[in-house]
Amino acid sequence: MKVLVPVKRVVDYNVKIRVKSDGSGVELANVKMSMNPFDEIAVEEAIRLKEAGKVEEIVVVSIGPAQAAETIRTALAMGADRGILVKVDDVVEPLTVAKLLKGVVEAEGPQLVILGKQAIDDDANQTGQMLSALLGWSQGTFASKVELSDGSAQVTREVDGGLQVVDIKLPAIVTTDLRLNQPRYASLPNIMKAKKKPLDEKSAADYGVDVAPRLKVLKTEEPGGRKAGVKVKDVAELVSSLKSAGVI
Amino acid sequence: MAILLVAEHDNATLSDQTNKALTAASQIGGDVDVLVAGKGAQAVADAAAKLAGVRKVLVADADELAERLAEPTAALIVSLAGGYDAIVAPATTTGKNVLPRVAALLDVMQISEITEVVSADTFKRPIYAGNAIQTVQSSDAKKVITVRTASFSAAGEGGSASIETVAAAANPGVSTFVENKLSESDRPELTSAKIIISGGRALGSSEKFEEVIVPIADKLGAAIGASRAAVDAGYAPNDWQVGQTGKVVAPELYIAVGISGAIQHLAGMKDSKVIVAINKDEEAPIFQVADYGLVGDLFTILPELEKAV
Ligand SMILES: Cc1cc2nc3c(=O)[nH]c(=O)nc-3n(C[C@H](O)[C@H](O)[C@H](O)COP(=O)(O)OP(=O)(O)OC[C@H]3O[C@@H](n4cnc5c(N)ncnc54)[C@H](O)[C@@H]3O)c2cc1C
Ligand SMILES: Nc1ncnc2c1ncn2[C@@H]1O[C@H](COP(=O)(O)O)[C@@H](O)[C@H]1O
Repeated sequence: MKVLVPVKRVVDYNVKIRVKSDGSGVELANVKMSMNPFDEIAVEEAIRLKEAGKVEEIVVVSIGPAQAAETIRTALAMGADRGILVKVDDVVEPLTVAKLLKGVVEAEGPQLVILGKQAIDDDANQTGQMLSALLGWSQGTFASKVELSDGSAQVTREVDGGLQVVDIKLPAIVTTDLRLNQPRYASLPNIMKAKKKPLDEKSAADYGVDVAPRLKVLKTEEPGGRKAGVKVKDVAELVSSLKSAGVI
Repeated sequence: MAILLVAEHDNATLSDQTNKALTAASQIGGDVDVLVAGKGAQAVADAAAKLAGVRKVLVADADELAERLAEPTAALIVSLAGGYDAIVAPATTTGKNVLPRVAALLDVMQISEITEVVSADTFKRPIYAGNAIQTVQSSDAKKVITVRTASFSAAGEGGSASIETVAAAANPGVSTFVENKLSESDRPELTSAKIIISGGRALGSSEKFEEVIVPIADKLGAAIGASRAAVDAGYAPNDWQVGQTGKVVAPELYIAVGISGAIQHLAGMKDSKVIVAINKDEEAPIFQVADYGLVGDLFTILPELEKAV
């Protein structure tokens, strides 16, 4: 069985974000970019399924500018087999990503697509669910455990009250939560090997998808700031401060 | 203009996240109908009918809706969507699971986790873990929106809406519920608590978490939260995680204990009214957002605090 893993190139989670002073967006020039952390977890999960003999081939796909090829190479170095770059230079919304991924799914025929639950730049948390809807597939979102069996997958989901276990029929969509696994680092020999792994380039037109956004960003601004308060010297001072603030 | 608000509930009680999302829906403007999708959830429908500003309550009752599985719940909402200009849900794990599915089926780009309604088609929402706020205008004829409930106050009671039954849509039949493993607790929920005390990696074990955090939480009637590091290490359950990818909270008082204050954690609590940080490292970033900082060892401070409150 084949697994498809969509990976997004995002600003590294350690970077301190700066909003452009003219309100037009976030400063992206000369900023460190990495694979979305939830997507690393998705790649790792696919590799573990392959190592367990349940999966034959792992195809990673990224939608984005030419540099997104680097993100694909990272996944190939971790252990994925093949990459597809759908080259789009403008910002692509989750709905558009889902439509492009549907095209990739129809061309590749995977039984399982593992995505991150959320991209840490747009914080949308939509793409997996949207892809599942467009394909008419089942979905197991926010997964902390995935057990594949014949024709179905049992997925443990992180939900507001604790955990929920669902059984979903294949073909299916899974989105990863933080506790699913601990992604591996690529070793140097594997990074070298990844350079020779196949990486195809496609365009949005190849899938007949209109990439025009539906949301117009009118403004991007800094959040309302919060100033550091005071240091109290001991518990007694803390308690009396909280009492005078009326919160305890 | 008519808005369909998807209720958050557990078949027995209506979550107050619904009341908060109702406030956002009312700000968008128009008649608001509340959908209660569930199994045997009459009490929930009755509670929703009492909320101020609700036109009517729609109840769909079916086995496959008992746990609000994404596929049948989305199919139900889509079957009702024709009569509405906007579909709104609180950004709970259920809302986040179901609504993007609805949006895609309606060919709409969802607006996730709005924190402010600017006008009927324009909203504010945080991106990059709340380090930037975007104002976005939707060109879709129908809007599909999830609401960050920490940013809205809860709508009150005083309504007396009618309750109607609606038919469940055909079940796509691709998923089945197996079981819930829910944390049992008498403590207030994180998203509605007035006081939250959260522990981080510094707690060191679930036993220590239990030993030093729980007694204070009990005394203050507080909910308990945790950092990702504490959850990953198994000191606290996943549903306690506060942050960019956990719960977003805004209590009257948030006490961060042994938490460094990574941006991903701050994203979930920096709108709290009063923040207290207890940390042995006086350079810890958490102090930059704390109203009251106490530098020291949590294992000596917390027992003292427990006695003092
Ligand atoms: C994709 C992604 C999503 C994430 N989502 C979240 C999220 O939703 N929520 C979240 O919290 N994190 C999240 N994180 C993780 C985040 O980046 C930090 O790693 C995490 O918040 C650190 O947790 P911590 O503060 O408990 O641990 P640490 O950073 O290790 O801090 C421990 C603190 O305890 C202090 N300390 C140690 N011993 C004592 C003592 N005896 N007394 C007092 N103080 C002491 C130390 O000085 C230190 O400041 C996410 C990360 C990624 C990559
Ligand atoms: N441009 C993209 N290319 C590849 N995968 C993407 C892209 N955007 C989103 N995804 C996938 O969808 C997940 C959720 O993203 P989002 O809905 O934007 O929060 C990510 O973790 C990725 O797995």
